[in-house]
Amino acid sequence: MQYEAVIGMEVHVEINSRSKVFCACCTDFHAPPNTNVCPVCLGMPGTLPVLNVDMVNKSVAVGLALNCRISRWSKMDRKNYFYPDLAKNYQISQYDLPLCHGGWLDIEVDGAARRIGITRAHMEEDTARNTHTIAGGQSGVDFNRCGLPLLEIVTEPDLRGAREAHAYLTELKQILQYLRVSDCNMEEGSLRAEANISVRPVGQEAFGVKTEVKNVASFSGVQKAIDFEIARQIAVIEAGGTVVQETRGWDADRGVTFSQRLKESAHDYRYFPEPDLVPVAVDQAWEDRIRGTLPELPAARRARLAAQHGLSAYDAGVLTQSRDTADYYEAAVAAGADPKKAANWITVELQALLSESKQEIAECAAGPAALAGMLGMIESGAISGKMAKEILAEMFSTGKSAEDIVRERGLSQISDAGALLDAVRRVLAENPAQVEQFRAGKEKVMGFLVGQVMRATGGKANPQMLNDVLREELSR
Amino acid sequence: MNTPWHYQSAREIRDAVRSGAASATAMTEWHLDRIAEVDPLVDAFTQVWRDEALAQAAAVDEKARRGDALGPLAGVPVGLKELLCTRTGTTSCASKILKDFRSPYDGTVVKRMAAADAVFLGKVNMDEFAMGSSTERSTIKVTRNPWNLKCVPGGSSGGSAAAVSAGECAISLGSDTGGSIRQPAAMCGCVGIKPTYGRVSRYGLVAFASSLDQIGPLTRTVEDAALTLNVICGRDPLDSTSADLPAEDFTAALTGDVRGLRIGLPAEYFTDALNTEMREKVEAAVDVFRREGAEIVPVSLPHANYAIAVYYIICTAEASANLARFDGVRYGFRHPAAKSVEEMYVLTKSEGFGPEVKRRIMLGTYVLSSGYYDAYYLKAQKVRRLIKRDFDEAFEKCDVIAGPTSPIPSFEFGTKTDNPLEMYLADIYTISTNLATLPGISIPCGLTASGLPAGLQMMARPFNEAALLRAAHCHEQKSGVRLGEPPVA
Repeated sequence: MQYEAVIGMEVHVEINSRSKVFCACCTDFHAPPNTNVCPVCLGMPGTLPVLNVDMVNKSVAVGLALNCRISRWSKMDRKNYFYPDLAKNYQISQYDLPLCHGGWLDIEVDGAARRIGITRAHMEEDTARNTHTIAGGQSGVDFNRCGLPLLEIVTEPDLRGAREAHAYLTELKQILQYLRVSDCNMEEGSLRAEANISVRPVGQEAFGVKTEVKNVASFSGVQKAIDFEIARQIAVIEAGGTVVQETRGWDADRGVTFSQRLKESAHDYRYFPEPDLVPVAVDQAWEDRIRGTLPELPAARRARLAAQHGLSAYDAGVLTQSRDTADYYEAAVAAGADPKKAANWITVELQALLSESKQEIAECAAGPAALAGMLGMIESGAISGKMAKEILAEMFSTGKSAEDIVRERGLSQISDAGALLDAVRRVLAENPAQVEQFRAGKEKVMGFLVGQVMRATGGKANPQMLNDVLREELSR
Repeated sequence: MNTPWHYQSAREIRDAVRSGAASATAMTEWHLDRIAEVDPLVDAFTQVWRDEALAQAAAVDEKARRGDALGPLAGVPVGLKELLCTRTGTTSCASKILKDFRSPYDGTVVKRMAAADAVFLGKVNMDEFAMGSSTERSTIKVTRNPWNLKCVPGGSSGGSAAAVSAGECAISLGSDTGGSIRQPAAMCGCVGIKPTYGRVSRYGLVAFASSLDQIGPLTRTVEDAALTLNVICGRDPLDSTSADLPAEDFTAALTGDVRGLRIGLPAEYFTDALNTEMREKVEAAVDVFRREGAEIVPVSLPHANYAIAVYYIICTAEASANLARFDGVRYGFRHPAAKSVEEMYVLTKSEGFGPEVKRRIMLGTYVLSSGYYDAYYLKAQKVRRLIKRDFDEAFEKCDVIAGPTSPIPSFEFGTKTDNPLEMYLADIYTISTNLATLPGISIPCGLTASGLPAGLQMMARPFNEAALLRAAHCHEQKSGVRLGEPPVA
């Protein structure tokens, strides 16, 4: 029997507002435990939530980027359950009237495009963090995270495999980063992905029983967990069993999912409208204002750069991976760099320097105009490509321009035919035997002679020009 | 002076302090003495903040000495309901679960009253978490009605009403979710106003039912209620549901004149459920209005009978979530025997909450449960809208709706505690006001033959407290109704 997987994703993104979603506390994640707290996020008696408008704006931006409709009338709801990481023992979330709904996101896997439906994106508050490592066997709760603004983005069950899920997450993360609404750091939990997975025989309309895989720390982990889960479910069915609806965790070390909680014991969340908050009414003007602030999104920018500069799909993809890289690239081109050469230098040499030093492109000392200047010097023959690599490394570490570095180090390439001729003649005079061999038809000696001239010039001879001058002298 | 300070109004005390005729310290000491004298009988106060009150008074006197302008409640002694968050003292909500709880902040009304130079004498008793109509549900003490110490003061703001009635303070702040200001005000013979939902910030009011709760004053005169409203009303950025309206001087409504005011009498409030004596007192009050030139019109509130059912679904649903935070994790009572998280929840709540609170949490949890939500909570919300519409339509014919505050006068202790439904009926006339988010007031309209106060309730369109104050003030000035001083001491 052939099976197909049916997958829906739920992604929680911590929105990078300066203050928490319902109070004025700072959202700094790394502060000492329970220092970014106040009576409101601690759920003290008598306190009330006030919705952070920055959260609404950024959530609308995400919704628009995901082609969602923005609700003209949306409300917050209380989701009731008991857990020590939940200060009020209810989470303020959105139930039946989410802020954003009915959108889509296009992804591409192996050159085939797929449109993934976005069911909804809704605002909620994050929970605190429980720790069980306090001395004396006590558990502790750190409420710094409690009340951080969280946006939950839910897809339709449109994904058909682990690679599609991976592509979706990658594209989504890219969009969120382009919007600058989250740092999307999975290790720190600012982006959390859960997959709802089921399998069904190909051709069958009805969904199979789904499991939910949670707490995976990376996109590749999600992909592996989905692959594992699909194979596991098929094996269960093939063996005549039935898949149990449950939440499963992912053991990255062993590469397996494991049962965490049966759905039967799941909570009745008793959602009801949050009476402490007024409805959120984003009208057309508000929506338009946010739409006006949206940057060009990754897919559009990819396509435009490829078309505008004749880049390969691969290069366009790498250059638009982050908004900063694409900005850097376009700034370099605007400063006069050759689009293809700039693409090569950015994706290879600069990228290597960045990853080596763990720097971000936006902060790197060798700015786009400096790169364009360096590429211009290669073009004019002032420096060789080989020299340029060293020069770029120095630009990167010192922030100096290529021109200054060349001048300071006397690196300029000898592209003056007269100066080269002197060196060539000297070398030929010093190596009469090799000159004889060449004239006897031994072409290989050419390489030796080039090397000698290079040594004599300290490697600064323009290779192309050297070749021409040398041949001319030898043929005399 | 004919009237002792403890039966003078807040305005008179304020004027004396402002003019220098009396010091805030003297006023505070006077009322602290009064508390010492009568509170052993009334038991309205749960905490008396002698030192803090005298320090507050000294600060007011110091301001006066420097020649600084004094606030509109300068030196006025005030009692605060046990559920108003204060850094001073404890905020127990009269519950075991918050017995020694100290709030880390002052609520907005507390700050505003302090900024108006009022002096807090301490906190006053209430039903646990404001759930009750007699203050018998307090876990702290039993508060008695100054008019008859064998009778309840009403509730849930029973301590607030008894303290004002007995002259222990000139103003007390209460809270009203279904009648908790107006009903005890009626039973203790004071003025009590529940402002429009959104008039007064709820920040710092421990929530019972968030869509119904509202803070308001209990006073001995209508003018004092208006003065207090001037101080506590207004937009608060910490409460999203507080209305952003221009500041209003409510004392401007106290013209003594009701000519042209249309007063509606709902047929549904004058049925056999209404005690005959109460009915007579209310009708007498209506006669005063008629005599003074108001137009009396019949109105109808067809869904009035559903109010109690709707109320006990909505308020319990909200309460079930609002009270979920009292779990022993971060503050308040934690059961010492708990061995696991689940046990901590179960034991803490089972022992920390009283029976009425537990009843309402369970009710509320039930009506929100999957499979019951539509039949209870959702339907209740729909009927709530119908009730609101009844009022909208009635207010096309009148400016103020008048009727009894409570169907019965105060009753003796223990006569209704075993029958929650009968107790719930004590709020039958006050609940709709909260459901419809209207302002409501209760003023004294006479004493029954057995010497217990009767209350006249009036309601108006949202944010039209002025109409209530105008009618109430006229009645106070023109009716000739004087309850006099309660027999206590």
